[in-house]
Amino acid sequence: MPTKDYIRKRFFPHIWCPGCGHGIIMQGLVNSIEDLKISKNDVAMVSGIGCSSRIVGYLDFHTLHTLHGRALAFATGVKFSRPDLNVIVPMGDGDATAIGGNHFIHSCRRNIDMTAIVMNNRIYGMTGGQFSPLSGVGIYATTAPYKNVDYDFDISALAVGSGATYVARSTVYHPNEMRKYITQAIQHKGFSVVEILTQCPTYFGRKNNQKSAVAGMEWLRDNTTPMGSKAKQENPDLIERGVFANIQKGEYCHEYDKVIEMATASVKGE
Amino acid sequence: MEGKTKFVQGNEACVEGAIYAGCNFFAGYPITPSTEIAEHLSIRLPQVGGRFIQMEDEIASMSAIIGASLTGCKSLTATSGPGFSLKQESLGYAIMAEIPCIVVNVQRGGPSTGNPTHGSQGDVQQAKWGTHGDHSIVAITASTIQDVFEMTIEAFNISEMYRTPVILLLDEVIGHMREKLTIPEKGVIPLIDRLNTNVKPGVDYHPYFARKDGRLPMSDFGGTHRYNVTGLFHDMWGFPTGKPEAIHELQRHLVDKIDSYANRICKYKRFYTEDAETLLISYGSSARTALEMVNYSRKRGRKVGLLELQTLWPFPDAVVREACKNAKRTVVVEMNMGQVLQSVKAAVEEPSKVYLCNRYDGTLINFEDVKNVMRIIEGKGV
Repeated sequence: MPTKDYIRKRFFPHIWCPGCGHGIIMQGLVNSIEDLKISKNDVAMVSGIGCSSRIVGYLDFHTLHTLHGRALAFATGVKFSRPDLNVIVPMGDGDATAIGGNHFIHSCRRNIDMTAIVMNNRIYGMTGGQFSPLSGVGIYATTAPYKNVDYDFDISALAVGSGATYVARSTVYHPNEMRKYITQAIQHKGFSVVEILTQCPTYFGRKNNQKSAVAGMEWLRDNTTPMGSKAKQENPDLIERGVFANIQKGEYCHEYDKVIEMATASVKGE
Repeated sequence: MEGKTKFVQGNEACVEGAIYAGCNFFAGYPITPSTEIAEHLSIRLPQVGGRFIQMEDEIASMSAIIGASLTGCKSLTATSGPGFSLKQESLGYAIMAEIPCIVVNVQRGGPSTGNPTHGSQGDVQQAKWGTHGDHSIVAITASTIQDVFEMTIEAFNISEMYRTPVILLLDEVIGHMREKLTIPEKGVIPLIDRLNTNVKPGVDYHPYFARKDGRLPMSDFGGTHRYNVTGLFHDMWGFPTGKPEAIHELQRHLVDKIDSYANRICKYKRFYTEDAETLLISYGSSARTALEMVNYSRKRGRKVGLLELQTLWPFPDAVVREACKNAKRTVVVEMNMGQVLQSVKAAVEEPSKVYLCNRYDGTLINFEDVKNVMRIIEGKGV
C-alpha cells in the first residue's frame, strides 16, 4: 500500500514547520507498518501534546490525541483492554520524559506490549522553544537565554534502566536504520522504546547554530555513531546509535490472562 | 427486593454494583478511604473476565480508564481527596472527548492531605468545577449501603446514556459503614449500554456529530471505523479546530447534553415533604442523621420533612424550589462549610429562609447537632 493510503489527506496541511524532522519519522513509521503488513484497523496510535503528538491526526489508524505527558497512561488502557491491537505511542522529548516521566518509567517496568517512539528534537517546539530535559547543558533556549545549566537525560539509558525489553536509538539522518528499529520494536513482544533524534530548525536550530534542516541533520550525522564503534572509543562525547536492549520477559497482558484463568477457576470451584 | 443478601461495607457494595452494571475495567491507585474498592475489584474483576490494573499514580489511573472505555469497556476508577484533585485533568478530557467512565470519590477531609481516615462532604463543588473550562457534569450520592449498590449502577447507566464521566460522591462514613445489601438477580435492575453506530464499514463515520437528541453513537477502537479523538475543540470527525462557530457549538453541546436532561437525570427521595414546616435538605451520610431527626419530630407531631438529594450535579433546582415553597424554613444538613447551601439558596424564592446545619471536624454530624441548630432557628435556644 502506498504511503498516501496511510494519510488522512482531509486533515492536511499539517502544522509542522518547513525543515522539521517529524515528517521523516512519520514516513518511517508508515514504512514499518507496511513492512509488517499490519492492517490499519489493527493499529491504535496514542499521543500526548506537542508538535510530535500531532502525528496521530494525520495517520489513518485508530488515533487518540491525549494530554501532555499522559499518552502512555491512555495507551495502557487501550492495550490492556484490547491486547490484540498494535499500540504505538509517538511522543516528544518533553512530553515523554518531563511531564510524562513517571508514566514512561513505569511503562518500561510493566512491560505491556506497546511501542513508544520518542521524537527527540531537544526542545519544546509547540510552546516556542523552551529547553527540555533532553536539551542539555550549554544549549540556548527561550527559557535559557544565557545558556542552559540543566542537565539532560539519556532516554535510552533511562528506558533500559527502567526495564524496557527493547530499546534502540537512531536519527532522521539514518532513515533505513530508523525504519529497521521501529519494525523490530513493533514486532517485539513487550514494551519497546525507539528514540529518534530529529532536528527543529525553527526553535532549537535558530538559537544553536543549526538554522537549516541540513545543518540539523549534519549535526546528527557528525555527532552520532554506531554502538561500540571505534569513533566512540576515540570520542566519548559521540551519541551512540543501536539496539541497547532486546530481551524476552513475561508480557503484562499475557500474564494477566493467567490471573483471569485462576480467578474464573476459583469461582467455578465454589 | 429479593436476591442474595450480604453484610458489607459501602466500598464493597460499590464493587458489587459495578460488577452488576457490567464493569469490566478498573485502573486505580491506593488511597484512604477508597482503597477497599480497588482491593475488592482486584478479586472480583478477573472472576468475571474483567481486568484490574494498579497504575503508577492517580493521573495514570484516570487516563487508563478513558483508554479502556474507548475500546468498549465499562470502566471505573476510585479515589479520594488528593487523588480526586489529580484526576481533574483527565476528567476534563473525558468531558471534552465525551468518553463514558466512572470516578468514585470516597470523600475525606481537606484541603490537601487533610483528614484521610474521617468523613467529609467537602468535594461537592470540586466535583462540579474541579476541572477547568465551562462544562457540565453528573455527580450522584448515596446514603445507605443498598443505595451505594444501586447508585453505582445508575452511574454506569447515566455515563453510557449521555457519553459523559459520572462522579459517584461517597464519603468515608458510607464507604466504611456496614449494612445489609441485597443483590437482585441479573436483569432486575435495567442496564443501559452506549449507543453504537450503525454506519456501515467504508462509509464516512462522524464520531462527533450529535443526533437531534444530543446523543452520539460510538464505535469501539479496534472496530471498523478509524477516527481521531482529541481533547482539543474538534469538528465532527474529531479533528482539532479553531473555528469560532465550531467552538461555540461544541461548548454549548457539552453543557446542553446534560443540563437539558436534568429532569431525567436527577434522583431524590422525599420524606414527609408535603406538609413540612421545617424542610431538611441533605445527602450522603448526613442524610441519615437528617432522617433520624424527621422520624423523631414526626413522632412528636412536629412537621419536619426531608428532601434527600441523590443527584448533586446537575443541581435539581426545580425540585428544591418546589419542595421549599411551602416550608417556613429550610435547613441544609451537610458536612462542609455550606457547599450545597449555596446551590439551594440560588434555587429558592426566599434565600433568607435557608439555614445551614453543618459539621466539618471529621465527625459524622449527629442528631444533637441538628436538634440544636433547629432550636436556635426556631428561637428556642439550645
